Amino acid sequence: MTDTVAPAKQFGELRLDGVGRSFGEANALTDLSLTIKQGEFIALLGPSGCGKSTALNCLAGLLPLTHGSIWQDDKRIDMTRPEKRGFGMVFQNYALFPHMSVRRNVAFGLEMRKTPSAEIKQRVAEAIELVHLEDQADKLPGQLSGGQQQRVAIARAVVLHPPLVLMDEPLSNLDAKLRLEMRTQIRRLHQALDLTTVYVTHDQEEALSLADRLVVLRLGRVQQIGTPRELYSRPANAFVADFMGYRNLLKAQVTGIDGKRVIANVSGLEVHATGMSDLAVGDAIIVGVRPDDLKVMEPGATSDGLQVDGMVEVVEYQGREIVAEVRLPNRLTLTVRTDEDLRPGTRISIAAEADRTLAFADDNTVTRVPDLGVPAEAVAGGDS
Amino acid sequence: MSVGTLPASVIPADPRGAWRHRMADRGIDRTLWLLLPAVIFVVALFVYPFLYGLSLSLTPGKGTTGIFGNYVKFFADPYYSSTIWLTLRLAIPATLFNTLAAVPFAYWMRGRFPGKRAVTTMLVVPITLGTVLTAEGLLNFLGNAGWLNRFLMLIHVINAPLKLTYNYWGVFLSLILSGFPFAFLLILSYTSGIDPTLERAASTLGASPWQRFMRITLPLLAPGLATTFSLAFVMAFSVFPSALMLGNPQGEEHVIAIAAYEQAYTYYNYNYSSAIAMVMGVVELLVIAAVQALRRTFYIGTTGGKG
Amino acid sequence: MSSVSVNDPAVDSVNRGRRTPRIVATPTQWIVWGGVIAFMIFLLGTVGSVLVNSFGSTWFDSWWPQGFTTQWYGQAWTQFDLSQVFMVTLEVTGAVLLISLLIGVPASYVLARKNFPGKGLLNLLFLMPIMVPPITYGIPLATALYRFGLAGNMSGVILANLVPSVPFVIMTMTPFVEQLDPSLENSARMCGAGTGTIFRRILMPLLVPGMLAAGILVLVRTVGMFELTFLTSGNSSQTIVVALFNSMNAAGIRAQQSVDAMAVMYMLMMLIILLVALKFVNPTQLVARVKEAPQD
Repeated sequence: MTDTVAPAKQFGELRLDGVGRSFGEANALTDLSLTIKQGEFIALLGPSGCGKSTALNCLAGLLPLTHGSIWQDDKRIDMTRPEKRGFGMVFQNYALFPHMSVRRNVAFGLEMRKTPSAEIKQRVAEAIELVHLEDQADKLPGQLSGGQQQRVAIARAVVLHPPLVLMDEPLSNLDAKLRLEMRTQIRRLHQALDLTTVYVTHDQEEALSLADRLVVLRLGRVQQIGTPRELYSRPANAFVADFMGYRNLLKAQVTGIDGKRVIANVSGLEVHATGMSDLAVGDAIIVGVRPDDLKVMEPGATSDGLQVDGMVEVVEYQGREIVAEVRLPNRLTLTVRTDEDLRPGTRISIAAEADRTLAFADDNTVTRVPDLGVPAEAVAGGDS
Repeated sequence: MSVGTLPASVIPADPRGAWRHRMADRGIDRTLWLLLPAVIFVVALFVYPFLYGLSLSLTPGKGTTGIFGNYVKFFADPYYSSTIWLTLRLAIPATLFNTLAAVPFAYWMRGRFPGKRAVTTMLVVPITLGTVLTAEGLLNFLGNAGWLNRFLMLIHVINAPLKLTYNYWGVFLSLILSGFPFAFLLILSYTSGIDPTLERAASTLGASPWQRFMRITLPLLAPGLATTFSLAFVMAFSVFPSALMLGNPQGEEHVIAIAAYEQAYTYYNYNYSSAIAMVMGVVELLVIAAVQALRRTFYIGTTGGKG
Repeated sequence: MSSVSVNDPAVDSVNRGRRTPRIVATPTQWIVWGGVIAFMIFLLGTVGSVLVNSFGSTWFDSWWPQGFTTQWYGQAWTQFDLSQVFMVTLEVTGAVLLISLLIGVPASYVLARKNFPGKGLLNLLFLMPIMVPPITYGIPLATALYRFGLAGNMSGVILANLVPSVPFVIMTMTPFVEQLDPSLENSARMCGAGTGTIFRRILMPLLVPGMLAAGILVLVRTVGMFELTFLTSGNSSQTIVVALFNSMNAAGIRAQQSVDAMAVMYMLMMLIILLVALKFVNPTQLVARVKEAPQD
């Protein structure tokens, strides 16, 4: 199916050098430095307002830089107008031309390049076939479903064989099921066409599943750049940990340092954690553990990181696993993901290894939703 | 970063660009030129004539002295100063009627309503036809031998024809005929703009239709009502051809627009007529300001929908 | 006595199950319908009496004219030089339409897309000619135009009628442009289109419906505009509504029936324009500067 599609234009690397964009006093993006190799799938990840869309628009040329530069191999491109850069872009709400059919939408970019019409016809047909919209080729965007519009937008971007494809949260307007399916297809296309892709999203799961490398941003600054595995197991700070699904983030204080291990006091509970930055005794820290790293133990078993008894309060059924909120004697709660069949009201022992218990400096970047329905002074879990 | 390149902060960004970017961030760029014709137009044909008229009004003309001479003359002459009252006593009742009567109509007809399009179309007709035609038609219809009087005598509501033309009532009725549709359509757009889910939420909390209207709809409608009243009043206050045709333009219906007109076109006293036009504008502004002030005692905020 | 209305959510949910909605009439609804009917009667009476009189040979003190004729139409046509009047009306309206679109559409594009210092003031400035009644600014305007020798002829009439029309185009088009997805222009740019191409192939085709609506509104308002034309026209530059007024107040021998015949011709013209207009716009947009047409 795909051997007739010409490969994307090759380049060695795309380099962002200290790229920044400010609006007067406000800094939307500060000091983004990143080298993208040809064929990579890069995800820009973060909450809204973190600067990821700004970064994408700067790459596209739709926003001028206030600081830094962008280089394509040895050529500086941040002064080139967007229509001359030749990058493909997929927008969040598709931005299909409503008065043009699918075919003419896809053909538009080729017409701009004054491609001979025979070639246009052939390449458009290929692109439409690539996204399986042959039956809709002559329809107007208004007659298509959201998922179909999305595929047209993708076809329109890739038909140009661009050296770089930019995607601005393309799946966020689709329903959950479609989002999952399209996710796989985007990755499939990326591999089949050997594209280089920069993909913006606020969904960490999406980023983890699609990207070769992720860039996590917060308030315009890079927090961490790494592979999915690195971000999943070794988040650089509390914010990244929070974003990457470390649902257990507990305030604590450093009581001792033992080589790479940090001994912390989590509201009376002693925990041995792995320090993720330079910490000293007395520092305020956040201790983070993934729900899936908390194991339900046999009573009496020990662990080298964190070990505590608690009472199960709320249970969420998730199919093969459950997610449970467990109330500890020191009134904190831990979220546990396990395949054990726990019931509310059960007393259990949970533990995590020191390797999977992380300690971060507390820089006030973590926000939590308070427990609803529980008075602040209430002692949790019945008998102590 | 490859070896041998300068740090990013040293590499200059496009030098012209820096200033252009700062301007563009504030919204100033080449596309602003597209605004130029419209700006020239509004300045030349609206702002300038207004200023010109203002300066004329402050220049003593025939039979006046001093910078406020024309204004003094206006207020000293009862035939002219009375125009304010004569016009107000036409405009305020008519606008009050139009605005208040429109509310129940617009409320019941909000949302989907059988025949809504037909009704709104019918209401638009008199505005489209204009004041001149309406006045001419009313002269016929309301005349001593006209159909309305004939009908009322036929069903024995009256014994002698009502005098409805060449007096207050003719002008008043023409103001209703052209003003009510305007008020209605405007208020209809406001009632339709109130988020319908607000009323549904209120009904789930136990509010009766009357309570929903008084506690939810009316406060949300208050800004729209104030705006409608202001716009409708301004239209009614500037009544001109209707007063000439249906009223007694030298007498009780010597409205302020006629006063300004006759000074300019009959007496060629442009200073005086400009002053009268200014007075007209000021009175309109005062009434609008009063209405807005009254409105502020009610709800201040959005309608929770398209406002 | 609970009052149930068509718009009551409780009734709505009941009605949804029925094939024909049950409309329970309340006292308030009788008043509403009564009002509608009363208005209709006045409207029909006003329009009707003009219409009937224009066809009547003589009409003295009776319900109906004594006889019917169409002579008045021919008389009116020559007596009031209506071919010239209609010509003038067409020219004035056409010119106002064209110029106001040319000036207003680019302005509304900028206002919809850009935020710049002074935008609020400019918006207010563009709003004023619609809010202030024509006679209030018409008299200073006519005075100024006469001073520059621009009044008393077609150019004066056109210039005067532009004053409410350009803001009207801007008011109608700005929300229209606002609802055009700005990323459409961006995506066209990413496909390689320059500014000129974007304007030609993307913006213009999408703006045409809005321009149609704005244009029709300007058409309706200009043909029906009395005060401004009255103040700035000369003998050979009267539009039909001004000619109608003048014939009403002219001294001399003219039959009311022929005046009414002219009125009917004007009415017909307006009603045809109105019918065409309603195919493209919502009735509300004809009279009020509503931001969005309320859903029918």
